[in-house]
Amino acid sequence: MSEPLIYELGSPGRRGTKPPALDVPESDLPADLVRDELPLPEVSEIDVVRHFTRLSHLNYAIDIGMYPLGSCTMKYNPKINEETARLPGFAGLHPFQDPATVQGALGLMYRLQTYLQEISGFAGVTLQPAAGAQGELVGVLIIRKVQMDRGETQRDTILIPDSAHGTNPASTSMSGLRVVELPSDERGNIDLDALREQACDRIVGLMITNPNTLGLFEEHIEEVTRIVHDCGGLVYGDGANMNALMGVMKPADVGIDVMHFNLHKTFSTPHGGGGPGAGPVGVTEDLRAYLPSPVVIRRQDPVDGSFSYALHEPAKTIGRVKAFWGHFGVLVRAYTYIRMLGAEGLRGAAEHAVLNANYVRSRISDVYTVPYNRICKHEFVAEGRFEDAPDVNALDISKRLIDYGVHPPTNYFPLIVHDALMIEPTETESVQSLDQYVGALLQIADEAKQSPDLLHEAPHKAPVRRLDEVRAARQPVLRYERD
Amino acid sequence: MAYTPHTEEERQRMLRTIGVDRLSDLFADIPAEHRFPALDLPEAVSEPEILRELSALAGANLNAAQTPTFLGAGSYRHWVPSVVDHVIRRGEFATAYTPYQAEVSQGTLQAIFEYQSMICDLTGMDAANASHYDGATAAAEAVIQAYNIFRSKRRKVIIAPTVHPHYREVIRTYTRGLDVVVTGEERSTDAPLSELAAQVDEDTACVIVQSPNFLGRIESLEALKEEIAARDKRTLLAVIANPLSLGLFNPPGAYGADIVLGEGQPLGLGLNYGGPYLGFYATREKHIRQVAGRLVGKTVDEAGEAGFVMTLTTREQHIRRERATSNICTNQGLMALAATVYLSTLGKHGLREVAELNYHKAHYAADRIDALAGFAVERERPFFNEFVVRCPAPVQEINRYLLNETPGGPIVGGYDLSQTYPRLDRHMLVAVTEMNTREEIDSLAAGLRAFVEDQGGAA
Repeated sequence: MSEPLIYELGSPGRRGTKPPALDVPESDLPADLVRDELPLPEVSEIDVVRHFTRLSHLNYAIDIGMYPLGSCTMKYNPKINEETARLPGFAGLHPFQDPATVQGALGLMYRLQTYLQEISGFAGVTLQPAAGAQGELVGVLIIRKVQMDRGETQRDTILIPDSAHGTNPASTSMSGLRVVELPSDERGNIDLDALREQACDRIVGLMITNPNTLGLFEEHIEEVTRIVHDCGGLVYGDGANMNALMGVMKPADVGIDVMHFNLHKTFSTPHGGGGPGAGPVGVTEDLRAYLPSPVVIRRQDPVDGSFSYALHEPAKTIGRVKAFWGHFGVLVRAYTYIRMLGAEGLRGAAEHAVLNANYVRSRISDVYTVPYNRICKHEFVAEGRFEDAPDVNALDISKRLIDYGVHPPTNYFPLIVHDALMIEPTETESVQSLDQYVGALLQIADEAKQSPDLLHEAPHKAPVRRLDEVRAARQPVLRYERD
Repeated sequence: MAYTPHTEEERQRMLRTIGVDRLSDLFADIPAEHRFPALDLPEAVSEPEILRELSALAGANLNAAQTPTFLGAGSYRHWVPSVVDHVIRRGEFATAYTPYQAEVSQGTLQAIFEYQSMICDLTGMDAANASHYDGATAAAEAVIQAYNIFRSKRRKVIIAPTVHPHYREVIRTYTRGLDVVVTGEERSTDAPLSELAAQVDEDTACVIVQSPNFLGRIESLEALKEEIAARDKRTLLAVIANPLSLGLFNPPGAYGADIVLGEGQPLGLGLNYGGPYLGFYATREKHIRQVAGRLVGKTVDEAGEAGFVMTLTTREQHIRRERATSNICTNQGLMALAATVYLSTLGKHGLREVAELNYHKAHYAADRIDALAGFAVERERPFFNEFVVRCPAPVQEINRYLLNETPGGPIVGGYDLSQTYPRLDRHMLVAVTEMNTREEIDSLAAGLRAFVEDQGGAA
C-alpha cells in the first residue's frame, strides 16, 4: 500500500495555509528578476497532514520497537527533551542577539561543556560540530595544527584500525592526510606489533574507538596510547561508543587527547531519520587553545561576584566549522538528559547497556558464531551465516528480522567479521524485549536450515518487499518528474 | 532510574544467564585505577524540576521571535506554520533511524525524495541531496566537490566578499589541509561580480557568489556564467541562495549555475539560537556522482511496487571510506522534513505570497528609514528582505538604545556590519520579514528618530 507523492495530490489553484494580508504599500517588483513558474505542490492543509501522517505509518521507529543497531545507540528518546527544547525562551533566540540578552542560553551551553568535560575527563569542550563525523574532522584538524605549530610539518599519516567506522578514514582524507590501516589481533584488539612498526615521526596520530566496533574494550589501551605519544603522535578517540563508559571510565584517563561525543547516540537526542545530531569535541589542556571558534566562557564580576557568559575565540583556533554556534536545539535535549540522570543514572545507563548486550550474546552464542566470545561492552558482533545453510547471509537474516517486528542490526560492519551482525540493544530495552529479540534470532536460525526461502524473500510483512537497488543506481531517478 | 526498566530480580536473572555474579564483573577489563570514577555532576532531577530550572534559564533570555526584530544576517524570524512542528514531532519520524533498511523506512525515504524534488523546483537544478549541516558547510562541500571534479588539478577558488562571513570562514577551515587557494574576499563589497570573473583562469575550480548577498543585494547573475566561461569554459559557478527569495525571483539554475546551495532555515525551521538548521545543495545531472551527502532514488520492489532507496551510495563513507566524496553521515534529516512540510503547506501560491510580503515590507521599511534625518539607505541595487542603512552613530549604540530606551518596549535592531567589513563602520544590516507588522516597522522608524533626537540632532 503506497502513498502518492505530495505532487500527485491536490489540484491546480488549491491553497494550503494562508499568510497574513499585506499591511504596507506595495513597491515595484523588478520585472526582469521575477520568476514565471514555481512548480510546487497545490494542496490544502488537511492534504498535508494526511499525507505526512500516512507516510509516518510506513516507518519503523524507536517509539514502535527495538533497534539493536550496533554503533548507533538507539536508546529511548525522552519526551521531556522535546518540551525543554521548545521553550519559547530558547526556540525564539536569534543567534546574533546581543549576548547580554541570551545569558540563559549561553549559561546552558557553558554548563553542558562542563558536564561533558566531567564525564570524559577532558579540560575543554566545543559544542559547535554538527555531527560525529564533523567532530572527527575537528579532532584531526586540531592535532594537525598543534604539530604544524611545533614545526613538525613532515607528519602526514593517520593510523586507523581495520575495524573503524567509515567516517574515520573519510575525515582523514578530508584533512589532506593519508590513511594507514592497522590490523586487529586474534583477540580483536589493535595489533601492538603492527602499531609499533608504524609508529614513527611521520605519524600525525591514531584514531581509535574504545570500546571498539566489536564491542570489546581495548585490552592494552594504555600501552597503545603510550606508543603513539612516544613517537610524537596524538590519539583521537571516536566517542560513538561512550554508552559503555559513562561513569565507568574517563577516556582522558587512558591517554586519549581529543574525542568527539555523539549527542544523538549516547545522550538520547533523537535520530530524526538521519539527523540532526551533534558532535561536541573534548580536548586535553594542551589542546584547548585550538578548539573551533567560538566556545562559551564564564566571567565573574570582581565587584559583586555574579557570573556572565560570553562567546570567545580560542587563541590558536583551527577556525570555524559551521555557521553560528552549534545545534543549540540538540544541546538543550542533551542537557536535559544529563540533568535527569545525574551521575548515578549515567553510570546506570552504561551498566545496563553492557548487561543487556552480554545477555543477548550469552543467549545466542550457541547458535550464532560470535568470533570474540568474551564479556563484551555495550555491543557485540555475531556472524550472520551458518555452516549448514551456506546460501544464507547476513542480509537475509536482517531482512527476515523485519517480519518479526524488529529492526535489523548493523550489517557488514565491522569489515573484519564475515557477514557481520553488530548488535547493540541499549539500556532502555527490558528483558522481555530482549527475550523477544533472542526468540526471533533463534527461530530465524532454524528457518535458515529448514526453509531458507523465507529468508531469501524477506521481508514479507513490510510496506514494501526488497527493493531493486541496482536499478536505482543504474538509472537514478532523484526527483519527481512531471509528464 | 530514568529510562532503564530493569527490576532487581531481572538483573539477577540476567547476570546468572551471562555467568557472572554482579554488574561490576562486566567491567573487569577496565584498568583498575581508572574504573568507576566519581562524576561531579548535579543530582538527578524529575520532570517538574527540570522544567522549572530550564524555564528559568529560558526566561532569562529576550525572545526575539516574540519581539519586534530586524535582525537577519543568515537567520530569519519567519512564521512557522503549525503543521510543521506537528509533523516533525511524530515519533515515527523523529525517532526513526537513518533509512539504511529501506523496507521499513519508506516514510523517511519518500519524504526525502519529495524534499529533493522541491529543492530542484526552487533552484532550477536537476538533482538535490538530502541535506548538509547548514549553508556554510554546504558551501565548503561545494568547494570540495569542485576540487574533486577537477581531480585536484585546479587549486584556485574565487569567493565573493559578499558571501556570508561564517561561510567564508568555514570554507577556509575545510580547505586548510587541501592544496587549495581561496581568493576574492579582498575585493570591495561594492565591486561588481564581473571583477571576480576577471580573476578566472584555467587553475580555477569554481567561483562562489551569494544572491541575495550578505548585504541583502540581489546580484546580477545574468551575465556572470558567460563572463566566467569566456575566461575558462570548465570553471564551475556555485550560487548561494536564500530559498524563500526563490519563491519570487528567478532561480540561479536559470542563469547557468552549476551548483546552487544555501541555508534552509527560512523554510519553517525557527530561530533556535542558530541551530539545528539545514544546508540545501543542488547540482546538474552530470555532477551527481561527485556530490556529497545522501541521495534518495525511486525504484521498484520485488513485487513491482514503487519504492524509495538511498542510492549511488558508493560515494559515501560507509562504502568508500577514505575515498568517499565526504565524511558526512548523520545530516539534517528532520529539518529537511520540516522544510518539506513547510513548502507543501504554503505551496505554489503561499510561498510566492510570503516572499512578496517580505519584499514589500522591507521596501516600506527602507523608505521610512531613508526619510529619517541622519540615516541613508542605498536604493540603486535591488534587494529582497534585507538592506544596508548608513547610521549617524555606531550601530552598537543604536541597538542598545532600541533595546533599552524605546518607550514601546525593546526592539532588536539589525546586524552591525562593522564586525564583518571594517569599511562599513556605522552601517546596519536591517532585515524585515512577513512577521514584522506595519506597527513594528513604524516603531523602528520612531525609535531611530528618537535616538537622533536624544543625541541632540544628527551627528
